[in-house]
Amino acid sequence: MGSLIAQIISVTLMNLGSLRRRLWMSLAMVLASAVVVAILLAFLAMAKGFEETMRGAGSSQIAILMREGSSTELNSVILQDQVNLITESAGVARDANGPLVSPELYVIVDGIKRSSGTEANIPLRGLNETGMAMRTNMRLTEGRMFVPGTNEMIVGEGVLREFSGFDIGSEVRFGKNLWKVVGVFSTGGNIFESELWADIKTIQSHYNRGSSYQSIRLQLDNDGGLASVKQTIAREPRLNLDAQTEREYFASQGKQLQYIATFGWVISAVMALGALAGALNTMYTSVADRAKEIATLRALGFSNFSAFCGTIAEAMVLAVAGGLLGSLAAYLFFDGLNTSTLGGSFTQVVFSFEMSPDLFLQGAILALVIGFVSGFFPAWRAARMPVIVAFRHAA
Amino acid sequence: MSEDVLFQLNGVGKSFVKGKEKISIFDDLNMSIERGDFVAIMGPSGSGKTTLLNMLGGVDQPTSGEIWFDGTRIDSLSESALTRWRAQNIGFIFQFYNLMPMLNAQRNVELPLLLTKLSKAQRRKNVETALALVGLSDRAKHMSSEMSGGQQQRVAIARAIVSDPKLILCDEPTGDLDRATADEILEMLQLLNRDHGKTIVMVTHDPAAAKYAKLTLHLDKGKFVQREIVA
Ligand SMILES: Nc1ncnc2c1ncn2[C@@H]1O[C@H](COP(=O)(O)OP(=O)(O)OP(=O)(O)O)[C@@H](O)[C@H]1O
Ligand SMILES: [Mg+2]
Repeated sequence: MGSLIAQIISVTLMNLGSLRRRLWMSLAMVLASAVVVAILLAFLAMAKGFEETMRGAGSSQIAILMREGSSTELNSVILQDQVNLITESAGVARDANGPLVSPELYVIVDGIKRSSGTEANIPLRGLNETGMAMRTNMRLTEGRMFVPGTNEMIVGEGVLREFSGFDIGSEVRFGKNLWKVVGVFSTGGNIFESELWADIKTIQSHYNRGSSYQSIRLQLDNDGGLASVKQTIAREPRLNLDAQTEREYFASQGKQLQYIATFGWVISAVMALGALAGALNTMYTSVADRAKEIATLRALGFSNFSAFCGTIAEAMVLAVAGGLLGSLAAYLFFDGLNTSTLGGSFTQVVFSFEMSPDLFLQGAILALVIGFVSGFFPAWRAARMPVIVAFRHAA
Repeated sequence: MSEDVLFQLNGVGKSFVKGKEKISIFDDLNMSIERGDFVAIMGPSGSGKTTLLNMLGGVDQPTSGEIWFDGTRIDSLSESALTRWRAQNIGFIFQFYNLMPMLNAQRNVELPLLLTKLSKAQRRKNVETALALVGLSDRAKHMSSEMSGGQQQRVAIARAIVSDPKLILCDEPTGDLDRATADEILEMLQLLNRDHGKTIVMVTHDPAAAKYAKLTLHLDKGKFVQREIVA
């Protein structure tokens, strides 16, 4: 047994030692594997970054209420009466100023993307002081807060990064109205950074919303919390609302981009087939190139299993080297790369590609599969190489 | 079977099927090789010398008949049993040396020892002994591309004897060498036979090479046609 392992190791080392003779073919295999792994990782990192951005936004102590059946804030409408009823509900936390309930408006405005110069949607959220106070991780990084009742707004850091024209002090026209940017805010990298915030009363009047809203955010207390709020809604026929924690809401929005990960796997699988064809060719060439060496070792008494393992190992080394190269490239080019995409409400969500160990693991698995499959059949041929090849009269 | 007989071939036949045609090389070959002998096999091209040597070495199998080696019938062994049998009993010397180009002389000679239970230190010692025997102690670290044909063949001889096999099989061991170098190699084989008791079977075209053997067998049309014993 010890001798079998020694055989496999020495055969593998000899195979790797002969790679120089097949340098370009071997490099082509490394490169093909690198490209496939890099592409997979790019897709996975995109899906992961989006999910993280969405997840980070949600708190389980905050409930978000929208009209029954609305999956996003954009197609929900809530009236002032309903807000008043909810404010009285059990389960809502209060502080010295009263219940922590924030009715909010959510409208869509246009911005120009820095990357492409094209127009894209940005959400403009209207909030009151309670709404602002409930966002405890919000921090002004520049400038000041907007003054209620004026056309002032503050911009999320993500918007500032991805869109042009929102620098502090600049004036921005949305429809008939001219707005002034007075501050920049951060919410720790989550989805709110992709928004513009302004006073709710100003937005209600500019957009003719009367006293209607689109969502209610409320702080849950520690007694009944969400269950009590849901009970209130169930008992009161005028409250045709759905209630969920903010965490649940964003998590479901984040899942929408899981299709990117699936798509990434499909694309990579198709490309992996192409890479496999090339890799198989490389490995068959390797076996043909080493035919005399394989047969000579067999004549000396090396087992056919060692010829098999040595060939598989060579394929694995090349594919995994490619996998490492591809991972490194994906990491250098994509990790932390900012981008934006359509979020749940057809607005741009700004997020970063996020590389993580579990993604690299998936890349490594793909590389190992490419190596194993491309090595298997050529290794089979190596194992069945007739020993008399060693005696063929060709130098 | 006499105690002194190492190899015994009984009614060995070998044929190849090529398309619809059956090509028979031997159909009833009988021979025995004694322990400690040095046998040269000669014959015209295509007479089956290499095929015979391959069957003796367990890398090719007869289509009929029996091959006995030291009490074991090797023609019916499984592939893996034959592989182990080769590792324990046979040293091969090839016409084109068949060294591993990516290994230096020392590592090439060590290869058969990787199939044994010897420790690293013991392996190194045996390799040194074998290289000294072929007069290449000072070339231990050289790659085959840095050595002449004669030197490469000497490394191959060291590789063939390092695990102390009973039998050494050579197919045209001097076929690729000039006269003077060929004589050196043949003297070395003679020395291995005379002073180290190795049984040697050598296939050759060259009558001058055959003179180094104790016995020469002439193969033609599937039969041994002549037997010469050198005094
Ligand atoms: N694998 C094979 N398939 C078909 N025919 C074969 C095969 N191997 C050998 N032969 C045939 O068997 C015959 C004997 O071949 P072999 O190589 O043993 O001859 P040889 O005496 O060694 O010749 P040379 O002196 O040219 O080396 C030849 O006619 C050869 O064509
Ligand atoms: Mg021959």
